[in-house]
Amino acid sequence: MPEARPPTNGSNSGSVRIGVYVCHCGTNIAGTVDVKAVSDYAAGLPGVVVSRDYKYMCSDPGQALIQQDIRELGLNRIVVASCSPLLHEPTFRRALDRAGLNPFLLQMVNIREHVSWVHLDKQAATAKTNDMVRAAVRRVSLHKPLQKRRVPINPNVLVVGGGIAGIHAALTLADAGKHVYLVEREPTIGGHMAKFDKTFPTLDCAACILTPKMTAVGSNPNITLWTYSDAAKVEGYVGNYHVTVRRKPRYIIEDLCLGCQECITACVYKEGKTRDEFNLGLSKRKPVYLPFPQAVPQKVVIDPETCIEFKSGKCKKTCIEACGDRQAIDFKQKETLEDIEVGTIILATGFKTFDAARNAYYGYGRYPNVYTSLEVERLINAAGPTGGELVLRDGNRPKAVGIIHCVGSRDANTNRWCSKVCCMYSLKLAHLIKERTGAEVFNFYIDMRTPGKGYEEFYDRLLDEGVHFVRGRVAEVTDWAAHPSEKGKLIIRAEDTLAAFVRRIPVDMVVLSVGLEPQADAQAVRRMFNISCSNEGWFLERHPKLAPVSTFTEGVYIAGACQGPKDIPDTVAQAGAAAAEAVALIDAQFVELEPYTAFISEEECSGCKSCIPLCPYQAISFVEDKKKATINEVLCKGCGTCVAGCPSGSIQQNFFEDDEIFEEIEGVLAYA
Amino acid sequence: MRNRQLSHPPVSPGVFEPRIVAFFCNWCTYLAADLAGTSRMKYAPNVRVIRLMCSGRVDPQFVLDAFAQGADGVLIGGCHPGDCHYQEGNYKTLRRYHLLKRVLREMGIEEERFRLEWISAAEGDRVRTVINDMVEKVRALGPLQLNGMTEHVPEEVVV
Repeated sequence: MPEARPPTNGSNSGSVRIGVYVCHCGTNIAGTVDVKAVSDYAAGLPGVVVSRDYKYMCSDPGQALIQQDIRELGLNRIVVASCSPLLHEPTFRRALDRAGLNPFLLQMVNIREHVSWVHLDKQAATAKTNDMVRAAVRRVSLHKPLQKRRVPINPNVLVVGGGIAGIHAALTLADAGKHVYLVEREPTIGGHMAKFDKTFPTLDCAACILTPKMTAVGSNPNITLWTYSDAAKVEGYVGNYHVTVRRKPRYIIEDLCLGCQECITACVYKEGKTRDEFNLGLSKRKPVYLPFPQAVPQKVVIDPETCIEFKSGKCKKTCIEACGDRQAIDFKQKETLEDIEVGTIILATGFKTFDAARNAYYGYGRYPNVYTSLEVERLINAAGPTGGELVLRDGNRPKAVGIIHCVGSRDANTNRWCSKVCCMYSLKLAHLIKERTGAEVFNFYIDMRTPGKGYEEFYDRLLDEGVHFVRGRVAEVTDWAAHPSEKGKLIIRAEDTLAAFVRRIPVDMVVLSVGLEPQADAQAVRRMFNISCSNEGWFLERHPKLAPVSTFTEGVYIAGACQGPKDIPDTVAQAGAAAAEAVALIDAQFVELEPYTAFISEEECSGCKSCIPLCPYQAISFVEDKKKATINEVLCKGCGTCVAGCPSGSIQQNFFEDDEIFEEIEGVLAYA
Repeated sequence: MRNRQLSHPPVSPGVFEPRIVAFFCNWCTYLAADLAGTSRMKYAPNVRVIRLMCSGRVDPQFVLDAFAQGADGVLIGGCHPGDCHYQEGNYKTLRRYHLLKRVLREMGIEEERFRLEWISAAEGDRVRTVINDMVEKVRALGPLQLNGMTEHVPEEVVV
C-alpha cells in the first residue's frame, strides 16, 4: 500500500492554500455559466483561501490578479476554470512560475469547450461547472512541484516532400545554417508546381520562379537531397528523432551520372512506349528517362518494369555503351536504407488531384477530348508534350472550350470541401487558352471565389477579355447531338441559374477543374510520424489559428497542401513558418519535455515484470540483483499504461498519480 | 488501496439525471471534445470528463471507484486502433475493458453503463453522438442500484 497522504478535507488541509479563478471569457463562458455562483461555491470548498471571477483570466490583468494573490495571500495551489488546458495551460503555468510558484501546482478546468459552448441550460451548465471545480480543488491539493526535463536538440532537420513547400522550407533552413535532409519519393523534386505553365494571378512562368530554387536545393551544401526515396521508419521524440529512409534503386549511380542523357538516345527503344508520368500520359517515354528537362537532380532513372534487360536479360545494353567510361549504370543496384538523426521534421507531402473518372457524368476517360486541368497545364506548357501547342488528341486546335469548375469539390457525392485554388487556376487556363488559340471559352461555376491579392482584379480582367461565364453546376457532358450543328462536338448541359434556363453549349474540348485531395497514403504517413488527420484526411494542425504549422507531436511541423488545399503563396508562407518554428526550437539548443513520466517505488515493487511488456518504448527494465523493475525517465513518454497495469500499485505517474485521479473522480461525483 | 466513505446520492423527487464519468485521452478524444466545443455542438450536460494522457492510463480501479461513488455510467474515450499517440496504449485499454466488463456483469452492473469508444481528434460530432446516446441509454436504465453491495464492504470493493 502506498503511504497514506494527508486528507484534504477541512481542518487537516494543513499548508494547502488554494486560489480559484473563474473566467468569464467575455460572454463565452459567462453567457451560459453563472460564473459568480461558481466562484461563490468554490469559496466554500475546503482549502480554498480565495475565489474570484474575472472577465478575461488569460489577459495581463487576469494573470496579474493570480500573481498578486500568490504573493499577498501566500497561495500555493491554483485552480483556473476557463478554456481548454490545451489552449492556455502553458499561459497560466508561466504566470505561476513568474510569481515564484511551481507551474505544476496548477489545475485547469475546461468550462468553455466542455461546458458553456456545448450546453444551453444555464442551471445544468453551472451545476456541471461546480462539480468540475470541486474535483479540481480536491485534485490540486495533491499536486507536487515538478520540473520539466531538458534534453538537447539535434540541429538537423528532415523535410519530407520536395514540392514547393519542401523546397522552400529546406532552403530557409539551409540558409539558417541547419543541415537538412530533403526526401522526395519521385525521381525529381518540383512537385505539382513543376508541371504548371503559368501561375495566377501574375502569370509569371512557373518554371522561371521554381527551377532556380530547385537548382539551389541541388547545390546547397547544407542540403542532403534524396530523391526516389521515402521515410520507412520513425522513432524517438522531439529533438531526437531517428529516421530510416528507404532509397529505391534508380539503377544509376547518382554520383557518376552527369545527366548527359546519351543513354536515353542510345536506348534500344527508338521511340518511347511507356506512359510518361510527368506528362500524365500525354506522351511516351523510354525505359531510361529523365522526368523532365529541368529535373533536379539531373540524373536519369531506369524503369525495371519496361527495361528489356530487366525483363529478359537479353538486351544489347546500348545504354552502357553510351555511358562508356562514366560507368554510371548499375543494373544490380539494390534498395538501400539510410539511418539519420534529426531533431525536427517538416512534412510537406502535398496533395493529389481528384480522379475525374469518379464523376461519370462528365465523360472523363470516355470522351477523348475531356481533359483534366492538370493535363491542360501540361498541354499549354512550352516544355510539355506538344511544345505548348494547345491541340486536341487529333492534332486540331479547339474552337470552343468549356471549363467545368468544382469537379470533386463542393459536392456531397465526392468531396464537400472547396479546393480553394480551382476558380483561380480555371481563370488562368481560360486566359491562356484564349490567348493561345483564340477559342471561345466558357466557364461553368457555382460561385466565383477569388479572395486574394490581385485575384478579384484578375477575374475582372477575364470578364473584359470576353471569356463567357455560366453560373450553374454542369449536369452532363455528352456527345449526343440534338441538332446537326452539334455533330462531332461535346455538348455541355447546365442550368444557367442567372438566366433561369437549361443551356446546351457545344464545345471541342472540355476541361475539368479537378479539386485537391489528401495523398492516397496520407493515413500511413501520419501514423508513421504520429500526427492526426482531419476527417477529410488532411494533416491536422495544433491550432487552426495560433499554431497552423505545428502538430500535436512536438517537433513535427506541416507545410503546404498536406494540411489542406492552398495556393502557392500560402504554401510558401507556411513552409517559411514551419522552417522558422524548427529554427526556434533548434536555436534554443534544448527542448523541455513534460514531466509526466512514470516512476517505480522500489519498496512496493514485487518484481512481477508485468509492466515490462506494456511499454512500447522499452523504457522499463528489470534490475536482476534487486529483483525490481526500473523506468528510464529519458525513454518514458508518459502515457501511464504501465501505471494502470501494475498489480501492486507501485508505479506512479507524475501529475497523474492514482490519488490525484481518485480525488478527481470522487470530486466530480461528490454531492455538494 | 482506497478506503473511504461512499457518497450517497440524495433522494430527489425530480427527474433522474444520470451522472457519467468519462476518461478521455489527451490526444484524440479530449481534443474531439474540444472540437465539439469550438464547433458549438450541443449535447447532454451529464458527463464529467477527466483528462488522462492515454486511455491506457485508465486503471480498472478508477472505473470501480466511479461506480462505487455513485456514477451511473463510465465512458472511456481513446484513439482509434493504430492511431494511439503512444503506439499501443489503446490496445491495452481494450484488453482491460473486456475483462472489466465481465467483472461488472458479475456485479450486476448493466452493460450499457460502461462504454469504450474510439474517437479521433477530428470527430467532434462523434463526441456529441456518443454522449447523447449513452445518456439516453443510462437514463432508461435508471439510477445504478448496487443493492447494498458496497455498503458494508467498501474495503473489499476498493482494496
